[in-house]
Amino acid sequence: MSNQVALTGNEVMAQAMRQINPDVVAAYPITPQTAMVQVFSQFVADGNVDTEYVTVESEHSAMSATVGASAAGSRAMTATAANGLALMWEILYIASGTRLPIVMPVVNRALSGPINIHCDHSDAMGARDAGWIQFFAENAQEAYDNAIQAVRISEHEDVRLPSMVNLDGFIISHAVENLEILADDEVEEFVGEYHADNYLLNSESPIAVGPLDLQDFYFEHKMQQSVAVENVKDVVLKVAEEYKGISGREYGLFEEYKLDDAEIAVVALGSTTGTAKAAVDNLREQGVKAGLLKIRLYRPFPAQEIADALKDLKAVAILDRAETFSTTGGPVFADVKAALYDIKADVEATNYIYGLGGRDIKVGEIESVFTDLQQVVETGNVEQTINYLGVRE
Amino acid sequence: MKLKEAAKKEERLTGGHRLCSGCGAGTVARLVMRASDNPAVVGCATGCLEVSTTIYPYTAWEDSFIHNAFENVGATISGVESAYRSLKKQGKMDEDFDFIAIGGDGGTYDIGFQSLSGAMERGHDMVYLCYDNGAYMNTGIQRSSATPKGANTTTSPAGEVIPGKQQYRKELTDIMAAHNIPYVAQASPFKPQDLMKKAKKAFEVDGPAFINVLAPCPRGWRSKAEEGIELTKIAADTCFWPLYEIEDGEWKLNYKPKNKKSITEWLEPQGRFKHLFQEENEALVEEIQEHVDQRWNTILNRCGEL
Repeated sequence: MSNQVALTGNEVMAQAMRQINPDVVAAYPITPQTAMVQVFSQFVADGNVDTEYVTVESEHSAMSATVGASAAGSRAMTATAANGLALMWEILYIASGTRLPIVMPVVNRALSGPINIHCDHSDAMGARDAGWIQFFAENAQEAYDNAIQAVRISEHEDVRLPSMVNLDGFIISHAVENLEILADDEVEEFVGEYHADNYLLNSESPIAVGPLDLQDFYFEHKMQQSVAVENVKDVVLKVAEEYKGISGREYGLFEEYKLDDAEIAVVALGSTTGTAKAAVDNLREQGVKAGLLKIRLYRPFPAQEIADALKDLKAVAILDRAETFSTTGGPVFADVKAALYDIKADVEATNYIYGLGGRDIKVGEIESVFTDLQQVVETGNVEQTINYLGVRE
Repeated sequence: MKLKEAAKKEERLTGGHRLCSGCGAGTVARLVMRASDNPAVVGCATGCLEVSTTIYPYTAWEDSFIHNAFENVGATISGVESAYRSLKKQGKMDEDFDFIAIGGDGGTYDIGFQSLSGAMERGHDMVYLCYDNGAYMNTGIQRSSATPKGANTTTSPAGEVIPGKQQYRKELTDIMAAHNIPYVAQASPFKPQDLMKKAKKAFEVDGPAFINVLAPCPRGWRSKAEEGIELTKIAADTCFWPLYEIEDGEWKLNYKPKNKKSITEWLEPQGRFKHLFQEENEALVEEIQEHVDQRWNTILNRCGEL
């Protein structure tokens, strides 16, 4: 039985955490994630969960304690944003390299400096090569659904990797949405009880976690991690299928919106994809064959599938809410362009960096991107590959 | 605990590890583990003890072991202990466990200080053991905030104009006492029974405990491998490294030298202080002596010995 509720993104993520009922949560408050851990600590204070909540003194310790708790054999979670994620950096790699199935909501916010508390994806994009699975959400409903599914995906025996469940700061975390949450017992049954195979709190069979791994073994262990990452896509799809059974909501690696017969399209992730859908609808009304590809699973990157979905377009624009300062465009652009190259697709691809530091993106601006794409198709010429959208000159 | 009795207990840190000859860290860890009566989870900060005892695919530890990173053994063991409390509360586990976090002075006084302070403040039921050898020995003897004043290290070298480390060491044991945790102690391997007794108290108290132990490092101290334990006795007899404990806020002195020795007896056998015995550094040695005397008086005062 599902329940219709009106909650902010942070509140519904706290509900997801309550329903997952992790054994340990070690978290440090940071805007715009703060409300999530506040609501969750109230659940702890009221005895609604079995969780031991570790009120760590920093995000570095949040991730470190979560690693300890997970290695001990418990189901462990944390949550963060922006500079907090950056402070966790070192331990992100240790969590994935140690193959710990930690699930962590990340409320996306611009990285300092200058300091800014609003949404962009520079935090998550900086961590894209840390060996974590990364999900992005259009709205709070998807963020909630991703969190529940991430537990199963991360803990799957073919995967055993940590997951970041991203949601846009303020736009999703602070806006109230009508959405459906599952019944507590449905989530309890779906995530099941966690049983680690090898764990610290097993005196019958003690283990050494995190030993010194030198030239003779390190590479093999990294290879095993690469194999696990290869397995993620299949597991994501299997878990999505099962989740559909209890929620009625359908998930894939990405969503194709009016993409079937489209000639031009944008690729985006996060809350902007909702805005992009409105732009696509407007253009469709004008008879323009516009479409959208919304990425849900960004790491590992479903390159082949995305390239196949885009290959029949005439031109595509990739929207990036993060800058790489590489002069070669945003991170999503680099991934999509490489994927198109691999299948030798004949599609012009351009890049739009937008919305840094929470700069609003409007339907009209995304429409202007489609206008640019029409121009590219008409002239067969890309005037400017990397563009900055909505910034004063 | 009698030494004979303790010696009969099973080794928890076995031979075959790759610590240097004369290293104090292994001795200290073995003595402390002898005081544990439960299966343990041992956490190590990156450092000598960690790199030498768990080189994949081997481990010298009979207990479960976790190494996370350099600066976070306090937080890591906090997480393990919290998992234990959660699982126990839920009835998913009924066995008793001991939790111990071990760091060198680099991983404890310096880079791991915040993580340690947080773990102690939160009140996790864990023992934090620092083996203080007075520098980043694992990476080639760089100075730490535990390095004694005047010591020659690779980042505080004795040069033409600067005679080694410029600052006195941080009094970490005092800082841990200021956390008002149930048990804090300073110990030394030349008094193995005292060390084991302290470790036992640390394991037995409900809540966090911190033990700071002087650990000789022949490489970094430029001293003879076979004289390490003797040097830790000299450290106590010169009052450079006093032995005391703070139980529920009560300070107690555990060793009072019969004849307090001159600090030069501690400095002289160690090559890292060799330059202090050049004529131009005479005043510096005097200054170090004064500092030790003041510090000793402070401790006597706190312990109600004055």
